[in-house]
Amino acid sequence: MIRITLPPHLRKLARIDGEIKIDVVGQVTQRAVLDALEARYPMLCGTIRDHVTQKRRAFVRFFACGEDLSHEAPDAPLPGAVATGAEPFMIVGAIAGG
Amino acid sequence: MSGVRVLVGTRKGAFILTSDAKREKWQVSSPHFAGWEMYHLKGSPADPNRIYASQSSSWFGQIIQRSDDGGKTWHQPGTPPGEPTTAPDGTPKGESNKFVYDTSPETGKPLTTHQFYDGTPRPWEFKRVWHLEPSLTDPDTVYAGVEDAALFRSTDGGKTWHELAGLRGHGSGDKWAPGAGGMCLHTILLDPSNPARIFIAISSAGAFRTDDAGKTWRPINRGLHSQYIPDPTAEIGHCVHRIAFHRSRPDVLFMQKHWDVMRSDNAGDSWQEISGNLPTDFGFAIDVHAHEPNTIYVVPIKSDSEHFPLEGKLRVYRSRSGGNEWEALTKGLPQSDCYVNVLRDAMAVDSLDKCGIYFGTTGGQVYASADSGDTWAPIVRDLPAVVSVEVQTLS
Repeated sequence: MIRITLPPHLRKLARIDGEIKIDVVGQVTQRAVLDALEARYPMLCGTIRDHVTQKRRAFVRFFACGEDLSHEAPDAPLPGAVATGAEPFMIVGAIAGG
Repeated sequence: MSGVRVLVGTRKGAFILTSDAKREKWQVSSPHFAGWEMYHLKGSPADPNRIYASQSSSWFGQIIQRSDDGGKTWHQPGTPPGEPTTAPDGTPKGESNKFVYDTSPETGKPLTTHQFYDGTPRPWEFKRVWHLEPSLTDPDTVYAGVEDAALFRSTDGGKTWHELAGLRGHGSGDKWAPGAGGMCLHTILLDPSNPARIFIAISSAGAFRTDDAGKTWRPINRGLHSQYIPDPTAEIGHCVHRIAFHRSRPDVLFMQKHWDVMRSDNAGDSWQEISGNLPTDFGFAIDVHAHEPNTIYVVPIKSDSEHFPLEGKLRVYRSRSGGNEWEALTKGLPQSDCYVNVLRDAMAVDSLDKCGIYFGTTGGQVYASADSGDTWAPIVRDLPAVVSVEVQTLS
């Protein structure tokens, strides 16, 4: 079971409070986590990554275990603590501007 | 009992203002989609309870929202919460946010380039929906004008969107360039007398018309003169800010260009200037009285570098002669120290017996006149910056 946190705008869009807990089949990667997230919450399609290219939107960041994973390859394994649910996979709106 | 519903899009959410036909006492909703940029909301003429809204964010992209109960509740079309994530036929949901340029061999056009501000080529890239125009007859059909400039249509209530690629690909697309606000398709006029005819306008490419329901398009910019492009009378490159018509006379078009207020009496085939005695003919918004096809309204703005009213006086100008002769309407509007802007989609009219005129400002005020502009009063003063105003006249 993977834990995911969303920024407030996306929580409101998905009509959820707090953390999401979701099962991911197979290797736990960014792509697998986002596929599972969008399958359960289709209203989030296009808000985190582009509909067509599947690239992360420029102002969205991925953090976990105290590290910035935004620029990791989508199919690279996420840290073991994320895969076991010990740590959340954090989807964050980048801070831009003052 | 008749009344009006004013749909206000702001930089930080949408607001719905309602009143009975007297238009004296108003109810202001709490914000819908708080924190999001709401570029435009518009109700279906065929079903006033059906409202479409464009919700966007530089962070999270484009969302389409729909209400089927007059704005009380909203959902993303095709993705109601709590339902299975695929339709019975197996197609995925979550498509209502998906605006993809059509490059298919059968219906689309190759995705080449347009021009950037400096004239260098840029590939087309979808950014946001500026304007939603519901069909005059079918609540499930709605058009979307987007940045980078293109026209999309949905025929399933906003669940899926398909580009009318003949516009972007009609031949001049590689010469289009962005205006200061981006390369946006911001005006969509559906001809009530001819379902095959649509007018659109793009900043800063100009105005275009289709006579075959969107398959083919041609520029309609003859007579426009713009000093800031290499050839001031070029077929393409004019920064059209807004076009309006009266539904009883759709061949007569009124345009607020970057500079110049213009009129066409032949569906855009040619234009002549009608700025007349306006104190400045720069501006964004323009609209037409609901019952007097020759009465038009503009809000003159000082210049393209100073986006606020002349002399700090907020004045709507009205022409009852279809242009050239203008009168300032000031009663109830601030006449000192006012430095707000009125954006292109931020003026609208109702169709009650005494036509109501409405506009919103970047200072967060929404002003209304229940007597065709003679007197004005603020409905609300302290909203976030207003991007768009639309009015529904309810019976």
